[in-house]
Parts: sequence; C-alpha cells; structure tokens
Amino acid sequence: MSNHLKPEVSSHDHVQGSAKASIEIVEYGDYQCPSCGVAFPVLKEIQEKFGQQIRFVFRNFPLSESHEFAMPAAVASEAAALQDKFWEMHDIIFENQNLLSNEGLFKMASGIGLDIEQFKEDIQNPQLEQKVESDFESGIRSGVNGTPSFFVNGTKFDGDAQDLMDMLTENSSIE
Amino acid sequence: MMLQKGDKAPDFKLFATPDRQFSLSELKGKNVILAFYPADWSPVCSDQMVLYNEMLKYFDKYNATILGISVDSKWCHLAFSDSRKLHFPLLADFEPKGEVSKLYGVYDEQQGESNRALFVIDKEGYVAWSYLSQVSVNPGADGILDALESITPKN
Repeated sequence: MSNHLKPEVSSHDHVQGSAKASIEIVEYGDYQCPSCGVAFPVLKEIQEKFGQQIRFVFRNFPLSESHEFAMPAAVASEAAALQDKFWEMHDIIFENQNLLSNEGLFKMASGIGLDIEQFKEDIQNPQLEQKVESDFESGIRSGVNGTPSFFVNGTKFDGDAQDLMDMLTENSSIE
Repeated sequence: MMLQKGDKAPDFKLFATPDRQFSLSELKGKNVILAFYPADWSPVCSDQMVLYNEMLKYFDKYNATILGISVDSKWCHLAFSDSRKLHFPLLADFEPKGEVSKLYGVYDEQQGESNRALFVIDKEGYVAWSYLSQVSVNPGADGILDALESITPKN
C-alpha cells in the first residue's frame, strides 16, 4: 500500500518551521482522537528539542462517524486560519480536548482572541469543509489508515509520536 | 489459492443482520469491495472498519458498495457494528464456518479466521483487484480507490 505523501507539502498547508529544515514531519490528525491528544505534547517536545531542524505540518483527517466534533473542530481551525491563528486554535483544541463541543469551540475561539462575528460567519462557509475533506482524501491516497499518521520527509512513518521522538533522538546521536 | 484479477467472483449468501441474508448477486451492476478481516473487536480490524465507514461517500463516487466479512456470528456483528456506528453490512461467514473465505482463498485454517484480504469486484462479477495484507497491518483504502479508478471509464 502507498507510503508516500500525496500531494507534497505546499502553500495550501499549515506549516510551522522553516522550509530549509532538514526534517519535515506531516501529521494527519483528528482533533477528537485520544491518540492525537497524546501525540500533541510529544510533538511539541520534538519541535523544542530539534528546533530549526524541524518543519511541522498538520493535515486534517477527521473520523466524523466516530467523533462528532472532529469535523466542527477541523472547520473551526480553518476558520481561525483565516484570521492567521491556525496554530493557536490547533493548540488550544488539543490542550482542551475533553471540553470539545460546539460551545467549547466558541470559547476556545474567544480564548485565542478571534473576531467572533467573523468566526461565526466563516465556519458556515462550505469551502472550509471542502478544504478539510481534501486533506482527508490526500490522506487516504497517501495510505493513512488511522490517526495520528505521520510522514517524515514524505514517507510514512510506522509508529506513534514517541517512536518518532526516539527515532529522531537516535539518529541525532549518531551524527 | 487466493482469487486473482480476472477470476469470476463466486456468489454467496450470508447473514448481514439477524434476520436478513445478503447475496453477492443482489449487487450485480455495482462495483463491490469485499473486505475479509480476522475478527470483530480486535484493534486493527476496528480501525480498518472505522476507516472504511468514513469512506462510503468516496466509494459511492465509483458506484461501489463495501461489505465486511469475518467468521463472527450475526449477533456479534450487530453489537460490533452498533458500537462503531458502522453504516455498511458486516457478513457472518459463520455456518459452515469460513466457507466463503475458503471460496475466495483467504481462510487461515490454523487461526480459524479469515485473512485480512481485499477484493474489488467489477459490475460483471469479476475480480478486478485483490490484495492480501499482513494480519497485523491495516491496509488503508488507497489500493481500493486506485482499483476502482482503474475500472471506471473516464468521462
């Protein structure tokens, strides 16, 4: 089965870190998935530990039939992106995963200082849901079989965030 | 031997719910995805079925229906399906045990379970693609989509 990221990371993606970074990590994640919640602080740790070497990309892979707030949360993060606050929203959702609800998402949106009227309007824009779905489809095409799934420099990584940390740590000690 | 591309897909009739039987021939004119899997409730099978549950509208685009098949009983399927909110049929290859899995060449005699195997069957009832996965690996859905794409005429 496929293990290559399709399509490659582009300007349509949400990216943290420099394009010159030597390690590009792409996560396909679901905001309501408990394992993604577990991965979140570990990924932060990876970014901190390896600094400039890491470029991190998040793509949506909501399992909407299992997680009722996965799609609303993904759309909310895309709405936040329209106000240049994607990562603030991404972080606050994972930090408060147990509070996920429609009301909770509004509270988080105010919490990070979004213009709420604008946010309300944007989350109803069908284009945002389409963007999330195109992320999902790219995941399927890339061989994503559950969340979180990680790609390192375009190749599927067989393991969780902690395995990723261990692999990076091991490789850096060899150099 | 596992059935391969070009083989005629054998018809079968299995329970999909406690009171309804389902046969492959009912789906003539549609593309059919058969997903054989070892067991309800096991972690990999659960993830795999949950993934396909999200994929139904993508399968629909290719005029395709998915059927899950394992040797679990109809009542077990019902409970599993309810718990995971699945919106596609799970068929019980229960009596005689594994008969349909054997017909398709994907029965593990030692474990007494189906292998983890995928088949895409075209509208005329022929195997268009088949894939045997390692039992411990969830094969995802990209292979299925590629196969469906290959048998769908381009506009």
